[in-house]
Amino acid sequence: MMWVVASLALLAALGLALARAVGGPTVFDRALAANSIGTLAMLMLAVFGFLTARPEFLDLAILYGLLNVIGTIAVLKFFRYGNLGDPGEHEADR
Amino acid sequence: MSLVIEALSWLLIVAGSAFCVIGGIGLLRLKGFYPRTHAASVIDSAGAGLLLAGMMLQAGWTLACVKLVVIGLLIFFTSPTATHALANAALVRGLSPDPAEESAPSKS
Repeated sequence: MMWVVASLALLAALGLALARAVGGPTVFDRALAANSIGTLAMLMLAVFGFLTARPEFLDLAILYGLLNVIGTIAVLKFFRYGNLGDPGEHEADR
Repeated sequence: MSLVIEALSWLLIVAGSAFCVIGGIGLLRLKGFYPRTHAASVIDSAGAGLLLAGMMLQAGWTLACVKLVVIGLLIFFTSPTATHALANAALVRGLSPDPAEESAPSKS
């Protein structure tokens, strides 16, 4: 019963973060919302693992957490430097 | 499992999910990018922390508890780094933290 309450609350939080991701004016709001969605999804996986009494979901949560961080850093590097590869010819830094 | 641990874990889980929802609401309602990073960190710190603590109590001394500790450490170390990189990228790209100024990137 407790897990149902937790998963419903996490779904609500996911919906709010998704609304921010869709409506975010600047691209950094969207990256921030994506980061929060990643953390919330990780928690949702863990809670769902407890809901269905299957501990394998905790491994999924760890893996998803790692992937989420790499994705966020890659997106940020792209927006920070304008590209992912070498700094290239156009001015990248301030 | 003794009633005390059951009640305590139930309390922690409900409080954790409440903080997640509060962070989500803050993410939506706060004006400007930099205040929103505060809301996102509420989800990462209080929401995830309490929720994981409650689940650890539920799991007891099992492998699941170890995995929950690993998840907690993962969030503990990576979330501030990601949020810092995010705020740094926003600042460099000209998103001014000054609420008085127009929040649109002045030079990008």
